[in-house]
Amino acid sequence: MGLFGKIKNALKKTKDGLAHKMRQLFLKDKIGREFYDELEEILISADVSVRTAEEVVEQVREEAIGNKIKDERYVTDLLKDILEDTLNEAEIPEITYPCVLMFVGVNGVGKTTTIGKVANYFVSKKKSVTVAAADTFRAAASDQLNVWAERAGVRIVKHEEGSDPSAVIFDAVASAKAKGTDVVLVDTAGRLHVKENLMNELKKMDRVVTREFPEAAFYKLLVLDATTGQNAVNQARVFDEAVELDGIVLTKLDGTAKGGFVFSLCGELGIPVVFAGVGEKIDDLVPFDAEEFVEGFI
Amino acid sequence: MALFGSLSERLNHIFSKLTKRGRLTELEIRSAMREVRIALLEADVNLRVAKQFIAEVSEKAVGQQVLESLNPAQQVIKIVNEELIALMGSGNAKLEVASKPPTVILMCGLQGAGKTTLCGKLALQLKKQGKRPLLVACDIYRPAAIDQLKVVGKKAETEVFEKGTQNPAKTAKQAVEYALKMGYDTVVVDTAGRLHIDDALMKELEEIKKTVDVTEILLTVDAMTGQDAVNVAQTFNERLDVTGVILTKLDGDTRGGACLSIKAVTGKPIKFVGVGEKLTDLEPFYPDRMASRILGMGDVLSLIEKAQEAVTEQQAQEMQRKLREASFTLTDYLQQFEALKKMGGAGALASMLPGAGKMKINEKDIDEKKMEHTKAIILSMTPKERDNPQIINSQRKRRIALGSGTTVQEINQLLKQFEQTKMLMKQLKGGKGKMRLPF
Repeated sequence: MGLFGKIKNALKKTKDGLAHKMRQLFLKDKIGREFYDELEEILISADVSVRTAEEVVEQVREEAIGNKIKDERYVTDLLKDILEDTLNEAEIPEITYPCVLMFVGVNGVGKTTTIGKVANYFVSKKKSVTVAAADTFRAAASDQLNVWAERAGVRIVKHEEGSDPSAVIFDAVASAKAKGTDVVLVDTAGRLHVKENLMNELKKMDRVVTREFPEAAFYKLLVLDATTGQNAVNQARVFDEAVELDGIVLTKLDGTAKGGFVFSLCGELGIPVVFAGVGEKIDDLVPFDAEEFVEGFI
Repeated sequence: MALFGSLSERLNHIFSKLTKRGRLTELEIRSAMREVRIALLEADVNLRVAKQFIAEVSEKAVGQQVLESLNPAQQVIKIVNEELIALMGSGNAKLEVASKPPTVILMCGLQGAGKTTLCGKLALQLKKQGKRPLLVACDIYRPAAIDQLKVVGKKAETEVFEKGTQNPAKTAKQAVEYALKMGYDTVVVDTAGRLHIDDALMKELEEIKKTVDVTEILLTVDAMTGQDAVNVAQTFNERLDVTGVILTKLDGDTRGGACLSIKAVTGKPIKFVGVGEKLTDLEPFYPDRMASRILGMGDVLSLIEKAQEAVTEQQAQEMQRKLREASFTLTDYLQQFEALKKMGGAGALASMLPGAGKMKINEKDIDEKKMEHTKAIILSMTPKERDNPQIINSQRKRRIALGSGTTVQEINQLLKQFEQTKMLMKQLKGGKGKMRLPF
């Protein structure tokens, strides 16, 4: 498949990687107080939240002292293990069919593009897919989704711009039930988590799926842009409160941003990362792999 | 927000440790700066930028006089805030106009930063200024991007020039010619979102810049961007020499530290901020608002500001002396109420003040109406009574009650409260590590 390693490669792109910074650190310092302070800073510079960085480094320090580890290579391994464990604290849900996947998130994180890629992913698994263009707010959003649906070769249900997004979902679900479709992918309008009325609209969409398609497994995925900073944790918390998230899709990993906030999402909030977007092409989406992510991250 | 609470708590901790007056010492600065550093990092200010900023400001702060109405930690925060405002505020925030029309504005940025929506907002703004803008669709990659710009253009009642998926530089050139012919004076060019490390696409922007005479190159950045903002801004600026920055999605709850990072690495002015999804949701950039947002110490900052306004240094010194000598009278009590009122009332003050919980200020004590009554009571006393409350006997109490439209019970209550306050002040003064009153 050649898919394995995509996350790692995407993350490795930066010359200024963490591994490089860590090597510099090992050259300079003995392992002591300052060493751990700098290790913490290195993590923060990859958008790991300040709190999580403190916790992780404290854990590394305790274990290093406990096991009398002085060699920096072992400290690196220790850090990797701890980070990987943090990611594994949240379990990735098993997908059963038929199912509905609803993609939510703030504006501009790449929801529509992600749906195109996810549609393609399920098609490659020989599943029948319908996409619901429930972003009826953004100008030309359904046109954009339409292009992706054509590329992936899947059906699309859409209404006019400005119409009720719940009605789109209602129709898509009815059509999926009638046709025995395996997967329904719901695109939603980008919304800032602080806008209460828009979050209420989302709750309504959530209820429509639950009510109209109770026999389907229902997964709600938050799409997060890897370039986001500490606000990502706020976003996840508020969206989770509104619709109970089942997972995260981490997009735009092909840039120089590392998406270090995922450690807080998995560790603190218990929300697993399910997919990672690593490019603009339709097959640039891979199931998330914690080990690979950490390898690329450090 | 939990973040907010913890920050105030930590500051409170410092407040209680640092009560010394005089000039700021390195130790005081260092301990306050530790909190500032965390505040900046939690706001997404780039680590290197934060470190450098703190180093520079610390140097400036050493030896500065601590204002009488503030404690050293507050004084440091005050300096930090002023430096933040100065750093983010310099530079011309107006859109440039070309000497020979049309003025060409080139938009650039990462995917999903909000360029297309922003084009509509700019068009609307330009129209309000009496300009005749033309929008140009040069995002030939994202599906339906041209359609989106057309819809946005329609909402802003602005014509959209598009040539399908032909070479963007060529489209831009034709658009400028078209603008000249049709009498449009400003051309806003929407481009595809691109990663700063995508060499081919960055070349495409350079080609547009070479082909048409560009007046403004505006880098659009999502306010929620994290540490990577420096890499993005630096690369775009190095390749295109951008003329300004627009920060979008500031209507969220992000602290927006990316703003400081971008300003620090590019030196380019922040020209506008996007604050909503409607086309009218475009605002000028206010450095003071941004500074307090990044610091996340809005409460402490407004307290500092108000304390400065409400109490003159002399008054504060006088109060200090009285506190020391425990010769605090009802006249002073009245004066405090006046100061409190200037600071937005006791309720507002209590909510702003880190450590208010410690002082056991409860709802009952800060009832504004009750404060008015108290004022009336004190004003109905003779100066002699105000200075020597112990002489107030039942006859005097009845007179005061009549004069102030209150009851003898209320006067008893006030006198009791006054005694308690005096006690509290003695404790504050006597005990070590207690916080200072804000007046």
